[in-house]
Amino acid sequence: MTETPKQPSLNVLHSKPVPMKERMKIPRQHMLEQSPLERAHNFTEVNLGYSEELARQEAQRCLECPKATCTIDCPVGVKVKEFVQLIVAGDYMAAAAKIREDNVLPAITGRVCPQEDHCEGGCLMGKKVQPLGIGYLERFVADYEQGHMDISNITKAPPTGKKVAIVGSGPSGLTAAGDLIQKGHQVHVFEALHTPGGVLVYGIPEFRLPKQIIREQIDYMRAMGVEFETDVVVGRTVTIDELMGEEGYDAVFIGTGAGLPQFMGIPGEHFNGVYSANEFLTRINLMHAYEFPKYDEPMVDFRGKNVAVIGGGNTALDAIRSALRLGAGKAFILYRRSEAEMPARKEEVEHAKQEGIEFQVLAAPLEFLDDGKGWLAGARCQKMALGEPDASGRRRPVPIEGSEYEIPLAVAVIAIGTSANPIVQSTTPGLNTNKRNYIEANATTQRTSKKGVFAGGDIVTGSATVILAMGAGRRAAKSIDEYLTTPGEW
Amino acid sequence: MFKILHAEFLAPGIKRFVIEAPRIAHKQKPGQFVILRLYEQGERIPITIEGADPESGTIAIVVQSAGKTTNLLNSLNTGDSILNVVGPLGKPSEIEKFGTVVVMGGGVGTAMAYPTAAALKRVGNRVITIVGARNKELVILEKELRECSDALMITTDDGTYADKGFVTDKLRQLIENGTRIDLVLAIGPIPMMRAVAEMTRKEHIRTIVSLNPIMIDGTGMCGGCRVLVDGKSEFACVDGPEFDAHRVDFAVLVQRNSMYRAAEQKSMEEFQHDPKSQVEAVHAGQTGVCAVEGDGR
Repeated sequence: MTETPKQPSLNVLHSKPVPMKERMKIPRQHMLEQSPLERAHNFTEVNLGYSEELARQEAQRCLECPKATCTIDCPVGVKVKEFVQLIVAGDYMAAAAKIREDNVLPAITGRVCPQEDHCEGGCLMGKKVQPLGIGYLERFVADYEQGHMDISNITKAPPTGKKVAIVGSGPSGLTAAGDLIQKGHQVHVFEALHTPGGVLVYGIPEFRLPKQIIREQIDYMRAMGVEFETDVVVGRTVTIDELMGEEGYDAVFIGTGAGLPQFMGIPGEHFNGVYSANEFLTRINLMHAYEFPKYDEPMVDFRGKNVAVIGGGNTALDAIRSALRLGAGKAFILYRRSEAEMPARKEEVEHAKQEGIEFQVLAAPLEFLDDGKGWLAGARCQKMALGEPDASGRRRPVPIEGSEYEIPLAVAVIAIGTSANPIVQSTTPGLNTNKRNYIEANATTQRTSKKGVFAGGDIVTGSATVILAMGAGRRAAKSIDEYLTTPGEW
Repeated sequence: MFKILHAEFLAPGIKRFVIEAPRIAHKQKPGQFVILRLYEQGERIPITIEGADPESGTIAIVVQSAGKTTNLLNSLNTGDSILNVVGPLGKPSEIEKFGTVVVMGGGVGTAMAYPTAAALKRVGNRVITIVGARNKELVILEKELRECSDALMITTDDGTYADKGFVTDKLRQLIENGTRIDLVLAIGPIPMMRAVAEMTRKEHIRTIVSLNPIMIDGTGMCGGCRVLVDGKSEFACVDGPEFDAHRVDFAVLVQRNSMYRAAEQKSMEEFQHDPKSQVEAVHAGQTGVCAVEGDGR
């Protein structure tokens, strides 16, 4: 997938460090990507990664700030300065090991983390020129490691005899599992679906995060000793109390994710062709509906037809770009605010535009229309103007009277967010929840109201990002380790 | 992997499987279901649990051949395996003493009504069971149902066994005879459940139906199984599968279940064209993946 790495010339390898004032002059290196015209018709990864040469050039830009804001702004605290200097030194495996001290999923975060909000957002160079390409470098190192490591050689920590159950194998659960196994605890991960990975598998499309990458990261965790058990819906198949009781776990971490899709409550949402983003993406990603009939799971055939996704987040963009790849004639985003308020990553918006996705902003559907037989045929929409900022700090959409219009549609995907899945909460006595039914957990220790039970990620905060969930998993692992080694008051 | 310990046809196209699934066997209650996936390329389909034995760690399901997946499943035999079985899912049936309960099973729905009928009997209800099948060969679980029913009525569409007619004919007779009915539970094809609902609505008899819409995850995550109940969307996987029949919009259920008809036909034709290689693909698709992304057991 990556370009054939050019062997760096010896004078680069042994050259003296680039003087500080010269570093600012090196332009940020672009990552290679598939051309928009080509990629709009396939599910192969858009970004192709750095070559070794590009990675080293980029790494040389790092100013090695005494106060590393990049690390401070990283939810899992990756030692950016150190791993980047190891790239400069040409020791990529050491760079990978340095990242792994804080981040057990580098190939994933290197691809889907919104670096602009974290490490790169804090990068000093970004104030003057463009920030260091930390995400690109992380990805390069992780992919290099994958191609060169021998997972049979992983050293395991001496066993502590303590058992921890992880509920959910998404970003928070995997991170907690990875950190805990390195402390020598026995770690068993329960997953409700048939494949571990959670939202990384069912939510994020192949063209942004290839499934092979997730498999490799999970295989690595298996090699570290983490056990995975799929097909277990905790709360139904087994309860938290049973895990802590007859199954003998000393602690449980709940990382079950966001959960239930929200609908708009407008007429016609039950028509054939109206999907939640969760279902649309799950069919494509987890169930491989885009490979029908090689895979049995079908998808409505909308080749050449209009597809709209309602919403402006990363999930909305993942859905509409998937629809384009499935052959939609016209694929567009319908968003009630303006582009400035969109929560999606800028890079994803740019990629989508290059591919030919249209953005109809300041508009929202009022109702779905059918063909008289229950199949979606269109939507009646209304235009919006921006009013005063609302609770989210973004300007509120205000309907414009008399601006209604109709559009023809074969498929509509609703990507306006999720609410808490109640299965674990409703079957776990003593586990406190807030008024929106998310689990209450301490923001530092991730402890819940129930002794020995910790929680983190979207099931605590509501929908957020992969890296924020990983941060919670990391804090939980630290806290669980403290609890298991020095139990005291809860 | 979930091993099939025993498989036998109860009737042409209707097969009963006893599957090793200790966790599910331990937790399941009447009315709940599992979601299964046969092989790596397979779809996920919901199937109601027909019975369970916590001690031996087994559950039983009864499957009628309809589309490609159910045909593939019914091609499996004792000793074969199912790649994924997850559950128990959905809310259990409401089991309490109602008084007189009429349990109605249409076709393979009979197998799904059976555990609930038995449970209702155990808590002291008078259970009148009505089952219907297209013909004599397709009448299933007669002996089992007789054991847990105070009265058992059987109808066949063509009159080749017991009384000719439909299950609703028997229900009408009961109503016309002035039988006091406190609850009706109807499980079967949608037209049957709809007809029962219409009949009992007029009589103000509380009626429960078990719905079987298209599902993927079964935990409320995807929302694909939404049904219109009192004009509002509910998820059959977590809010159901049993609902008050008088509040269900059956027309929307029929419409949503038809969503993938074209693709389903294509898959079915492919299966019929060469069933043998399709079944071989199931076995291949079970072994190829385990090393890569199967469970950790």
